[in-house]
Amino acid sequence: MRLIFLVISLALMPVVMAAPDGSALYAGHCSACHGDEGGGGVGVPLSLPSFLESVDDGFLARTIRHGRPGRVMPAFSKLSDAQINAIVSHIRGWSKKPAPQFSMQLVQGDAAHGQKLYASYCAGCHGADGEGGKGTGVTFSRRRDLPIIAPALNNPGFLEAVSDEMIRHTLLYGREGTPMRSFLVQGLSEQDIDDLVSHVRSFAAREAAPVKPAVDITETVIVAESSYTLEETVENLKAAIVGQNFILIRTDTLEHGLVPEGEENQQEVILHFCNFSFLFDALLVDPRVGMFLPCRVTVIEKDGKVTVSTINPLYLSHLFNNAELDEFCEQMHGLYSAIIEDATL
Amino acid sequence: MKNRYLRVAVIALLLQLSQLARAEEMIMTRSVLPFPEAMLALQESITAHGYTVSRVQRIDIGLTGMGYKTDKYRVVFAGKIDEIRMLKEKSPLMAPYLPPKVSIFAEGEQTVLATINPKLYADIAGDAVDPVIFDRWESDLRSIFHDVNIAR
Repeated sequence: MRLIFLVISLALMPVVMAAPDGSALYAGHCSACHGDEGGGGVGVPLSLPSFLESVDDGFLARTIRHGRPGRVMPAFSKLSDAQINAIVSHIRGWSKKPAPQFSMQLVQGDAAHGQKLYASYCAGCHGADGEGGKGTGVTFSRRRDLPIIAPALNNPGFLEAVSDEMIRHTLLYGREGTPMRSFLVQGLSEQDIDDLVSHVRSFAAREAAPVKPAVDITETVIVAESSYTLEETVENLKAAIVGQNFILIRTDTLEHGLVPEGEENQQEVILHFCNFSFLFDALLVDPRVGMFLPCRVTVIEKDGKVTVSTINPLYLSHLFNNAELDEFCEQMHGLYSAIIEDATL
Repeated sequence: MKNRYLRVAVIALLLQLSQLARAEEMIMTRSVLPFPEAMLALQESITAHGYTVSRVQRIDIGLTGMGYKTDKYRVVFAGKIDEIRMLKEKSPLMAPYLPPKVSIFAEGEQTVLATINPKLYADIAGDAVDPVIFDRWESDLRSIFHDVNIAR
């Protein structure tokens, strides 16, 4: 018994002795997307004064914990409450003003009236059903003079994190430095604003179930055996690639650059290709899409058998937590499959 | 008695390590350096860790060549030939994922790096490959990203 107590005590000792370092945790988990000083990037800017003045610590903590399903921001389910609070304190340190306090009490409003107001005042930026703006952050693929993307108000992570009172505060005062303006200034009454809050809260009840791709996403690769020789298969692939509106960039061996020229295994060939229009659109949706790039098909001849394979974009899509990108992955899965089918059948 | 306490210490250490373990599937970091310097730091660290940079795919050059406006964006492929050969021999399903790569792109005056956590490859490779190789790749990648992150 004493031994068990000793083990547990020793295991917990670092947790008890050292308070989590918010700065280090932020650097390790957040800064790659949100910037070292919270200026934004793949993720939204966090240090914007009007943002920090209109969100409470609970909202920040719940956002870190639950993320935004399908909207890039992951859920940090493995961080302890103490670690999350330390990150929140670090973020709060960028503001000179004290954190606002919002209760979790529901605002009483007329959601039906709010729906009409929403269509007139909010849907242009936040989407007809609260689906939010397109794309991510303020990266090269997005105009830098737009400091923030309209959040998805129907996102379950947002609805879990936000209080009615916080939504109300944002509607009343807007957020300086963003396209979000005060609705009081725009002529709405406080009752109108309560109605809007009730409408936004109603998104929780009619949240759509996520659409699951029809293909098996446990398949890590798309693979097929070719009935042709290696050389014939490569030629077939070139024709199929062009046939699917891609530009063939290069054909080389899998070992290219890893061994001196001439020593590569010539039975392992990679075809690199691209559809720049498709790529550009994908980069607008998520700049991290480079992990799929460039489009490649690998052809290997071994023991008289020729195999053609590619990565399965659907298998990798879950890494990004980006529903918009999932659609591109589905398209790319179809294109890869078509190219391989054309070349091998 | 001494062994008993040693065992206690080892178990405690393992419990601590398990608390630190993270199952991130994507590894990212940011460098305060502009793109060219960050790119140089990345390639130097890759080489210093014993890997060969086999190719740099210039995504931005292709895009601008086709008339699209974009900032700097490259994909760096790197590996060790003996490991690459072992993996494709033992697990042909790994071939399309080889050699491993890092995406590096400019974000204003700074640079962002992103890659798949090599631990994910263990699922792709299956039982034929000892996953210890992917643990080492992850450790090396984190070390490489750290080098780029602190480079000034």
